[in-house]
Amino acid sequence: MIKGQTNGGLIAIAVIGLAVMFGAPHVLQLFTIINLTTAIGLALLGLSLGLVWGYGGILCLGQTAFFGLGAYAYAVTAQNFGETTGAVVVAMAVGAAVAAALGYFMFYGRISDVYLGVITLTVTLIIFNLLRRTSGPEYKIGKALLGGFNGTTAPPLQIPWDARMTLFPQQLFYVSMGALLLCYFGCVWLTRCHFGRVCIAIRENETRAELLGYDARLYKLGLFSVGGGVAAIGGVLVANGIGRVTPDLFNLTYAAQAIIWVIVGGRGTLLGPVLGAFGVFWLTSWLGTQSYFNSNMVLGLVLILFVLLLPRGVVPAVTELAARWGRRKVGRRERMRARRRGRRRAIQPAE
Amino acid sequence: MDYVVVLVLQIIYGIANLALIGLGLAIIFGMMRVINLAHGEFLMLGGYAVVVSTNLGVNIWIAMLVLAPLVVGIIGVVVERVLIRFLYGRTVDTLLATWGLSLFLVGIVTAIFGPQTSTTISPPIGAIAVGDYASSGYELFLILLTLALFGAVFAVLRYSRLGLLARGTMQRADMAAALGVSTSRIYMITFGLGSAVAGLAGGVLAPITGVVPTIGATYIAKAFITVITGGTAILAGTATAAGLLGAMNGIVTFLTGPTVGEVALLAAAIVLLRLMPSGITGRFFRKSL
Amino acid sequence: MILNRRALLKATSVSALGLAAPALIRSARADAPIKMAALLDQSGGLDLLGTPMLEATKLAVKEINAGGGLLGRQIDLITYDPQTTIQFYTQFATQAAAGEHVDVVQGGITSASREAIRPVLDRFQTLYFYNTFYEGGVCDSNTFCTGSTPAQTVEKLVPYAMKKWGKKVYVVAADYNYGQITSEWVKKYVRDNGGTTVAVEFFPLDVTNFGPTIKKIEAAKPDFVMSALVGAAHISFYRQYAAVALNKSIPIASTVFTVGGEHTLVAPEESEGMLVSFAYFEEIETPANKKFIADLRANASKKINYVSEVTARSYEGVYLWAEGVRKAGTTERTAVIKALRSPVGVDGPSGKLTIEPKTNHLLQNIYLAEVKNQKLNIVQSFPAQPPTDTLLVCDLNAKPDQATFYFENGLEAAGIK
Repeated sequence: MIKGQTNGGLIAIAVIGLAVMFGAPHVLQLFTIINLTTAIGLALLGLSLGLVWGYGGILCLGQTAFFGLGAYAYAVTAQNFGETTGAVVVAMAVGAAVAAALGYFMFYGRISDVYLGVITLTVTLIIFNLLRRTSGPEYKIGKALLGGFNGTTAPPLQIPWDARMTLFPQQLFYVSMGALLLCYFGCVWLTRCHFGRVCIAIRENETRAELLGYDARLYKLGLFSVGGGVAAIGGVLVANGIGRVTPDLFNLTYAAQAIIWVIVGGRGTLLGPVLGAFGVFWLTSWLGTQSYFNSNMVLGLVLILFVLLLPRGVVPAVTELAARWGRRKVGRRERMRARRRGRRRAIQPAE
Repeated sequence: MDYVVVLVLQIIYGIANLALIGLGLAIIFGMMRVINLAHGEFLMLGGYAVVVSTNLGVNIWIAMLVLAPLVVGIIGVVVERVLIRFLYGRTVDTLLATWGLSLFLVGIVTAIFGPQTSTTISPPIGAIAVGDYASSGYELFLILLTLALFGAVFAVLRYSRLGLLARGTMQRADMAAALGVSTSRIYMITFGLGSAVAGLAGGVLAPITGVVPTIGATYIAKAFITVITGGTAILAGTATAAGLLGAMNGIVTFLTGPTVGEVALLAAAIVLLRLMPSGITGRFFRKSL
Repeated sequence: MILNRRALLKATSVSALGLAAPALIRSARADAPIKMAALLDQSGGLDLLGTPMLEATKLAVKEINAGGGLLGRQIDLITYDPQTTIQFYTQFATQAAAGEHVDVVQGGITSASREAIRPVLDRFQTLYFYNTFYEGGVCDSNTFCTGSTPAQTVEKLVPYAMKKWGKKVYVVAADYNYGQITSEWVKKYVRDNGGTTVAVEFFPLDVTNFGPTIKKIEAAKPDFVMSALVGAAHISFYRQYAAVALNKSIPIASTVFTVGGEHTLVAPEESEGMLVSFAYFEEIETPANKKFIADLRANASKKINYVSEVTARSYEGVYLWAEGVRKAGTTERTAVIKALRSPVGVDGPSGKLTIEPKTNHLLQNIYLAEVKNQKLNIVQSFPAQPPTDTLLVCDLNAKPDQATFYFENGLEAAGIK
């Protein structure tokens, strides 16, 4: 079932990723670079959901819980210690630990399918409600006031071990893009190693995998925790991009958007959710700068059309198209040209 | 003593409210395994149907009890024909498509009516006295209406031919089709029926909540959680889940405050799902409707 | 915390210098239009307020341009729709300041949105006008808060309501910073006027069932209810309250009601007799206001239900800024800030407005009104009220390099609580 990506595809992704990472700050305007940090954070959230849902079959409607907690953990730790490198580590640990705890509760209770989705969503909404409640001065963790609905400041990332130097926007972009690439390839490696292949087996047929002797609960728990950690890194980047963490991070909009990125980009791929996040980010940002259409209406229409016309998502559809195109042509040169064309269209080929 | 009566009435109303907003969603989920995330917007459309028609001079009772379900039922049928029917068996895709629909409906209603509408309809029943305390007569009406609605849905499913066919389709769609039932039509009717119930709920709630395009968002999470906690049995599931969650919410709200009340409702749902991984009716009342 | 912030400021000011270089060049071309950005939600829920606010902003720009522009240059208004999402506030503020190099940003509705964009605009040295009434406490030399604050409105509303109805008060408020802080002010003024606060209750913004609380109010038997409930869902409270006929026996005063035209959204008898206080009401009987209302409705592309303080202030905010630019003779930020704080004043639809230089807030008229048959009947007015709450904590004359929000987490800074 997995589309085995050839190493050529991965190398292409790496090259393009690095090109964007080092090229973008020279080409794009400063504000775009700054705002891209937020987009990259969201893409990491998409990646984490793509991992747990696409490869583990865990329909987590509340992936934002770990994303938001990561952002809050980062902001609170950084405010308390005035140092951000440790805060990033703490954020990751919090995301992964909460995911592990929740995962233990669910997987060892044999909850699955849409019921699992509801539990995760409910947890997110509980956190949302509780955090909005914290606007009084009595709600503080160490030196950091939680600030209720208004949220709290997220100190910008610093150069490691030097609390006086905060990163410039360009440097922040390098860090974000680097984090995205590292997480992406980390996830690719994870899905290809033994652990990942067992997860895929469990996704395909849980009973059969268990009969082969694998403890499905443990594997799901592991995958879910990794997903929580990746989502938390996304939260850290978004906190840096926005400059604040607010309970909004836990609301229904983000939770639903994450699902959308995965579906639009393509479930069962890792690149799809990332591109989906960027695409939707670009679309909603563009909608906010025009005043002809109601933004909600356009976004809604786009979603409906996607589900009806491209149900498997962009990346699998383009991959397949490119492959079919490639087969039809004879002659090596033709094929090369066609593949390049497909590549240009999709930004990346996956086969 | 009077105060206790009023309190109990209030908790029962909380339960009825939850059951009322959940029922339409439960019909669609229970019968077709489609989770309609535009459910909140269907309630909103029911509210708008009432507001627009009363502003045009229609009697409020007719507007609430006839027009709202009719209008939203028709919208539901249209939605089923142009959107949902392509997505049967793909629960997650319907989730996404109906979420898109929900955004679209909010957008288009905002475009038509503007973000604020004059919704000058007030509850057609005044206050009633319980000893020294006043209780809302309209809330009492809503409790009775919810009971009646459950009764009506039960009667349709249990005793009518349509209900028989629908239950058959729900259990084994392929077998029903083999026996000559047009399952596609059954699905259409079911979706329309669920939408009509949502419209009715939205219509009767409009006088006490008011109507704005984004009001649906306040219903959807609760309706969704109630229905899933209840499981797939439409009536028994919704009723038991609404009962447990509504009581939890009501009691905690009285004791502490609304925020903790909301959290208690959500926490109760989590615990229930942990104990009964496929909803209350996945374990109990399995044969019920 | 403070040390950390200072380090942050130091670090960002270095980068800001680099970033601001093109910004300094931008005002050099004399014939180029002056750029103004408006960040007001046009979808997603807060469009309830954002839509009329943007129409008012547009009207002000249109009038200034029709009158020959500012310093002989036209104003180019760039609008963004943050879609009721904090992320987009930061994003569009960055785009406006660092990308478009606008000369001023007007907008922000919730305090959360203001707190999200204020640091961005500070960092990119872009002047900021926040035109919504709020809980008070912003002390930022780059930010001008033109809305009314609790010390201006609640201070008038509470004694008036207590004199009229009695001394036992029940407070219901939205469960977020505005509600929490406003309810503290309410408690303070109730105490100062010799009354008692029976209970304070907070509601999440999406609560629509107020039954349990209404029963509690009924049992507590206060003389009146003070409401700081906010948003579309909370309108339900007034309906459900009237449904048990409590509004006849226990009247309501509110710090928020009518700002989104709520009194036209509920039935006449449901809002009858409520007391409210704001810096502006559509019903103000002055020729200037009549003209403003007529022009606004005539020019608006969308129907405007009720013109409230936030809408009028969005219009007046543009004029205040324009007056500052005129006086400074340039759009250069520090010169404009200096001119604004000199201070400038304008005569707007709400009456005379003057900038209060210690806080960058306004001396403004405050009106008390009673809802009568879906109209606001102004019962009392107080000219040129200072923002005494913010003045307790903020003095930009003495300490100009501040960018703080003192009431961010309660009122300790003002010595309350």
